[in-house]
Amino acid sequence: MTKEWKPRIVAFFCNWCTYTAADLAGVSRLKYASNIRVIRLMCSGRVDPQFILEALAQGADAVLIGGCHPFDCHYAEGNYKCLRRFEMLKRLLQQMGIEQDRVRLEWISAAEGEKVRRVVNEMVETIKKLGPLGLPKRFEEWDREMEHFAQRVQACDAACGAPQCGHAAASHNPTMESAHV
Amino acid sequence: MEPKNNNDVRIGFYVCHCGHNIAAMVDCPEVARFAQQLPNVVLSRDYKYMCSDPGQELVQKDIQEFRLNRVVVASCSPLLHEHTFRGACEAAGLNPFYFQMVNIREHNSWVHTDRAEATEKAKALVQGAIERVARHKKLEQKKVPIHPDVLVVGGGIAGIHAAMTLANAGKKVYLVEREPSIGGHMAKFDKTFPTLDCAACILTPKMSEVGSHPNITLLSYSEVTKMEGYVGNYTVTVKRKPRYIIEDLCTGCQDCITNCVFKEPKFPDEFNEGLGKRRPVYIPFPQATPQVVLIDPEVCLNFKRGKPGQEPVVSDRCKKTCVEACGEKKAIDFTQKETFETLKVGTIIVATGFKTFDAERIPQYGYGRYPGVYTALEIERLVNASGPTGGHVVMRDGREPKSIGIIHCVGSRDKKTNRWCSRVCCMYSMKLAHLLKEHTGAEIYNFYIDMRTPGKGYEEFYDKLLEEGVHFIRGRVGEVTDWAYAPGEDGKLVIRVEDTLAGYVRRIPVDMVVLSTGLEPQADAQEVRRLFNMSCGSEGFFLERHPKLAPVNTFNDGIYIAGACQGPRDIPDTVAQAGAAAAEAMALIDKGYIEQEPNTAYVLAEECCGCKSCLPLCPYTAITFDESSGKATINEALCKGCGTCVASCPSGSIVQNLFDDEEIFSEIHGVLAYD
Repeated sequence: MTKEWKPRIVAFFCNWCTYTAADLAGVSRLKYASNIRVIRLMCSGRVDPQFILEALAQGADAVLIGGCHPFDCHYAEGNYKCLRRFEMLKRLLQQMGIEQDRVRLEWISAAEGEKVRRVVNEMVETIKKLGPLGLPKRFEEWDREMEHFAQRVQACDAACGAPQCGHAAASHNPTMESAHV
Repeated sequence: MEPKNNNDVRIGFYVCHCGHNIAAMVDCPEVARFAQQLPNVVLSRDYKYMCSDPGQELVQKDIQEFRLNRVVVASCSPLLHEHTFRGACEAAGLNPFYFQMVNIREHNSWVHTDRAEATEKAKALVQGAIERVARHKKLEQKKVPIHPDVLVVGGGIAGIHAAMTLANAGKKVYLVEREPSIGGHMAKFDKTFPTLDCAACILTPKMSEVGSHPNITLLSYSEVTKMEGYVGNYTVTVKRKPRYIIEDLCTGCQDCITNCVFKEPKFPDEFNEGLGKRRPVYIPFPQATPQVVLIDPEVCLNFKRGKPGQEPVVSDRCKKTCVEACGEKKAIDFTQKETFETLKVGTIIVATGFKTFDAERIPQYGYGRYPGVYTALEIERLVNASGPTGGHVVMRDGREPKSIGIIHCVGSRDKKTNRWCSRVCCMYSMKLAHLLKEHTGAEIYNFYIDMRTPGKGYEEFYDKLLEEGVHFIRGRVGEVTDWAYAPGEDGKLVIRVEDTLAGYVRRIPVDMVVLSTGLEPQADAQEVRRLFNMSCGSEGFFLERHPKLAPVNTFNDGIYIAGACQGPRDIPDTVAQAGAAAAEAMALIDKGYIEQEPNTAYVLAEECCGCKSCLPLCPYTAITFDESSGKATINEALCKGCGTCVASCPSGSIVQNLFDDEEIFSEIHGVLAYD
């Protein structure tokens, strides 16, 4: 990759509030950073934590989720379900060594085009400071490391004639691997 | 470009220039070239206006000619034109759900400033859609019948007009009004601009028509408390507040009022903005519809005043001369309690109107402090022949004003209060100037920021006022004070203003000050919005689906808005909008059915482990647990397609049509694959 690194943010916006707010930002010609890729869902309640993990694993530097304000969910309470999962996921990400600022949940109503602009710009600035997450690259490195370990284990096995160092690979950052799988 | 592969999935990709809207910021031919080399893309084109007839025909022709079985269009928001392109696919014999739209206008060309970056982003979004559409499935739309009855909320001119239009077309209408009578703000106005026809003369015939129309059920003094269901099948709960009068038995003879133990009217009269007085038993105004009196338990002697919020208790300490006067009719019932009615309707028109700005919020104008300061609505009542003074303009101290200052833009175009222009104030201020001059012959000064008179005959009305000798002074008033320091200011209210045309600060002494208060959303607009699942703009007015193309629609299908609840507007615009809302509702009703978006969820029974974790998540109780098989099932008719259960299913055995995991994962992959 010779190009200058630019943050890439995947956003999951609910159809009724935040996606519409982003449309409003467009209609109002508010200008914001182009680093965001919006995926439309009917409700923030549809945001499966796996979507977020997948986006990060596929190379996103951050994930933004936009839903309706509390009490305003088009589907009554999907946004609360989203919030619950989001709080759990944040803990998980922390354990994985991923900065909490890389995932953000915002309530943005259909009228808040300005908030879309602000949140996206803020997030891009934050991620620029944090630098690339680069999980795909890290996975490659880890794969290489794993291969290296495996080779060593094999060599060891060959030398000793019995498996001895099987635990070495497993102790290396197990949570990240499970995310990769 | 020529077709290239022969796989099962054959995608046609189109990128729209939208004139210059997209093409100015996104290199459309480049995006088309990029899409051409993506897997399964059979052909890729850029075109000036995809939504135009030729654009849609192009899609249809290509589907047939190149045997396309998937279509992706990169253009504006799917909320605007997804329907259009799905229709084009369907017309060419392709299932409309083999279509995916990419938003590169609202989400891209309109919000970015760097052409290279915007083009990159467009490519990424396009790749997401192309990877997604390959996994789309054939879906069928379900047709649901529509209940033909309509609910109209709010009985102002908007609600009245919408209800009448529908009722005349043979639809059954429920008109719910919070106040004891319909009529809204318009009933309070004296004359209407610019034609100066009397508001009551044009409104009250319509009101009585509503009251007697066989197709209209008028529920006055009532409020909607709950709405359930979905487009075509709404169940609405209406609270009917106690009037302490049995509506069906009251003939409107008003004998109870004249025979009330209060010999003189004593309590501030809401309809006359508190300038007049009424008794505890009263009718809001002579032409009120329905012609039914009501009792105010707060002041009626026969009730014990409870704490605020508590139900009033009958004290029986009054002689009840009203009951005596009512006699055989027996219409008075002190024990009446609030009741709830359930209505089944298919569509709803919300026409809840506005409230006027509270002038006390700008203390330097002295409203509430100087008795000579009035709001415009108070003046409407003062000049009205059926108003508290019978149309004689006398001030609170009994004097007739010799000079009057009208201050425009009170609570409008002001960063400290409301930023928007209330649209009607310039015109109604001039109307009041004309009426006050006619009634009193006083010198009239208008203090304005800009004169805004767009409308048929409006500018001509302004010219007429100039000829009548009404003074216009350009400048926002700094303050209204009674502090006199120059000769001629004693006993007067002094308006301090920078005359921005003359270029100096002036002090103009007047007897009476009129504040042209702006229009605001109703105080409970947020609750009403939640009730009907609508959205509000940042200023608090209800948000239309599209400012130009769907100005009376909301984001909730089957719910329409009309009148000043959507934004400040005058009577002609309100009536036009009410007619439009009625027509939209009728279009839906006469079609007879609605096609539901097939984004419902279903359970893969063989994979469901029966953990029941989805059951409590569904807000519509669409998920049930089948004890015999040990699996969850989803009732498609109840499911509204939020996908919350899908996201939570630990075994991944719930699938949402149009938004299944595979589709979303491929979109995630796609938007990130392009680097």
